[in-house]
Amino acid sequence: MASTATLNRRAFVVGVAAFGGGLAIGLPLGGAPGAQAADGAPEINAWVVIRPDDTVVIRIARSEMGQGTLTGLAQLVAEELECDWSKVTTEYPTPGQSAARKRVWGSFNTGGSTGIRASQQYVRRGGATARMMLVQAAANEWKVPVTECVAARSVVTHTPSGRTMTYGKLAEAAARVEPPTDVKLKDPKDWKIAGKPLKRLDTSDKTTGKMIYGIDVKLPDMLCAAIAACPVFGGKLKSFDEAKIAGMKGVKKVVRVGDNAVAVIADSWWRAKTALDAMPIVWDEGDNVRVSSASIAKWLEEGLDPAQPAFVGNANGDVKAAIAGAAKKIEAVYDYPYQNHAALEPLNATALYTPDKCEVWTGTQDGELAFTAVVQASGLPPEKCDVHKVMLGGGFGRRTPPDYVRQAVLIARQMPGTPVKLLWSREEDMTHGRYHPVTQCKLTGALDADNNLAGLHMRISGQSVFASISPQLLKDGMDPFSFQGVSSAGEAFANIGPARLGYTIPNLLIDHSMRNPHVPTGVWRGVNGNHNGIYLECFMDELAHAAGQDPLAFRRKLMANHPRHLAVLNAAAERAGWDKPAPQGVFRGIAQQMGLGSYVAAVAEISVGDGNKIKVHRIVAATDPGTVVNPAQVERQVAGSFVFGLSALFYGQCTVKDGRIEQTNFDTYNSMRIREMPKVETIVMPSGGFWGGVGEPTCTVAAPAVLNAYFAATGKRIRSVPLKNQDINLA
Amino acid sequence: MPSLTINGKAFEVDVEADTPLLWAIRENVGLTGTKYGCGIAQCGACTVHIDGVATRSCGVLLSEAVGKEITTIEGLAAKGVLHKVQQAWIANDVPQCGYCQSGMIMAVAALLAEKPKPTDADIDEAITNICRCGTFQQVREAIHAAASA
Repeated sequence: MASTATLNRRAFVVGVAAFGGGLAIGLPLGGAPGAQAADGAPEINAWVVIRPDDTVVIRIARSEMGQGTLTGLAQLVAEELECDWSKVTTEYPTPGQSAARKRVWGSFNTGGSTGIRASQQYVRRGGATARMMLVQAAANEWKVPVTECVAARSVVTHTPSGRTMTYGKLAEAAARVEPPTDVKLKDPKDWKIAGKPLKRLDTSDKTTGKMIYGIDVKLPDMLCAAIAACPVFGGKLKSFDEAKIAGMKGVKKVVRVGDNAVAVIADSWWRAKTALDAMPIVWDEGDNVRVSSASIAKWLEEGLDPAQPAFVGNANGDVKAAIAGAAKKIEAVYDYPYQNHAALEPLNATALYTPDKCEVWTGTQDGELAFTAVVQASGLPPEKCDVHKVMLGGGFGRRTPPDYVRQAVLIARQMPGTPVKLLWSREEDMTHGRYHPVTQCKLTGALDADNNLAGLHMRISGQSVFASISPQLLKDGMDPFSFQGVSSAGEAFANIGPARLGYTIPNLLIDHSMRNPHVPTGVWRGVNGNHNGIYLECFMDELAHAAGQDPLAFRRKLMANHPRHLAVLNAAAERAGWDKPAPQGVFRGIAQQMGLGSYVAAVAEISVGDGNKIKVHRIVAATDPGTVVNPAQVERQVAGSFVFGLSALFYGQCTVKDGRIEQTNFDTYNSMRIREMPKVETIVMPSGGFWGGVGEPTCTVAAPAVLNAYFAATGKRIRSVPLKNQDINLA
Repeated sequence: MPSLTINGKAFEVDVEADTPLLWAIRENVGLTGTKYGCGIAQCGACTVHIDGVATRSCGVLLSEAVGKEITTIEGLAAKGVLHKVQQAWIANDVPQCGYCQSGMIMAVAALLAEKPKPTDADIDEAITNICRCGTFQQVREAIHAAASA
């Protein structure tokens, strides 16, 4: 592809730093007419390349990390393109190519469950435009009116004469057709490829070991690097004793990486790591060394005091008066710990730097953020940089910040001309995360004489994700995203989509005392919905219990103005048989929430042995994401989200001691296994008219549904997780 | 120089004898289907067969593997035909990110060799690999599908 555009480096860097694809601005479609793919096949437009053998190459800007976005986006393009699905293959354009073509592929961001929904409109338009150009090319060839030609399954037919031409034969001429401007997209009800439970496009190589992840990248004469960053966040590298590892086999060089890390470069990663482990390192740990989980908890606890200042996220009526005049006042304090993403592939990136070019091969959730990191760390102009994306061995939000990409480039700059693969050990990965934030919450509810909920004050105290990763999205200091799942009707969280409270409460105050410890946070599958879900949905259960009402019936009374929230709740309850007794010894809990633009609810069925051994038998989960592109993949995402959410509920906690994270591997940060997996029944119920997220939302109802079931079983209310700390385990 | 027998072929590996087998396979032999996840035999991403037994290769020293028959994910297909576990994985669309699946498939193949018709309880006991995407529901279905293939 020709690289013609010049780019203002600073403007690009600043623009791309926004979280959540905030730069989806007026995207032009299509490259220069007659542009070609790397293999010479004609490019109909930026999204579609068709080879002479009829192979359809669909370009995908967002990243595949297991969530099925690659297949879903290809389905959307193929649907409008009217191509033969069996001939579809995909490729990733690079962020460098996109920059050179005025960001023709738009945002590369794959976070906030936006991979499909934030780009669906323009990728479908890309497919439709290409189809119209192919049909026009056929009409031109036959010298007939274009209205007499139709496209189906990669063939254009001239209806009156029955003449046909395949897309492969038409592609070259189609690439020269002026792109149409009047493009109509199909109504989803007419879809034949999108909306169907098609198989993923990337499965085969994942069963044979052939799939290349970042950790598998191999380049000629490549060296490998192992890294240690200061274990205390904010600390610096003071010194290291290179002499102690002099002569160790395979070691090539020891390098400083920024101001807080050191890396050993060797001819294999194992040799690099062995040498790194043997090398004495002195850190300047700084003041944060005094911080511990206990000191953080104390600071957050102070923020629960209603007299402490707080940002108001959602309020109506007079909550103070309602509580003062309550017939019954209910209070509870909850907390939620730091969590690590613990994607199974440890972070890594391979960089090749010369004074003329810097290229990186890596798994990233946002190619443009990674590209920005390469530009900044290499000191080269954007047109001399690029990022080649490979499959991600899990992301869950951790592979959005490009800290590891930056490190790889800083290392490679010290080995010009030699490709260097930086791989973090699991221990490095566990202790240098971008953790799910730590929070506490005090809830005060007021029941009137008729046991109606007259008022609710929900005070969240703790860390803000946006303050850590996207301070530009704070509004006068407030992090609106802290109110995910409990926000007011108008809030839409940039492009992440609404996450509105599903209850109408006459007197309401939900506020946030922001307290940001030094531990860096990030977006972790489900994000703030994970703790807000526990806080609100477990407390709703407490209120129902205090009111002497069934938890479902109690909720329903508050949800008349929230029909979509109510619909998923009802669907989950009905499928679970809420109105009928559970099997002997089995107890149910329920929870609902809106997040990442979708409405979700779950019923958990559990039994409890010896008071502390939980068996989760069954989860019924309902989701209304508005529009569904691949129901089979939605079901898999929902089932998987319960593994993620329940692993955190039972086992997940990163604690802080001496300013650093204590958990270093899966022996201390456990993840559930197949024997602990409940049967997950998913109800996919798109109500149409909007596009919500899929990968994350149901994660947020996993924990509260199980906690509420535990209360039903034992009468004990658990307000602090993980459950292992309460000596409660999975049976 | 130590020699390893992997997927029926001998490989000379120029590496220290206390190197974990995982890293000899990945870096010296160059077969990268076997994955690194934890390095402490917790996650199972590095599972290979050693003399037919599913083994976490990060916990085995190179010196302990010399002279043994090692099979990796790349050697599971026989004569170009995918193993029935691989076929079931494709038919049931099991992998999400796929990173754990080499190890998962190797563990399941060893289970089926020992117990051709495993019960759910057999699966629970034998398959202890971590999958952070959470594919367990499809894994279980695909194991039963492979067992009845």
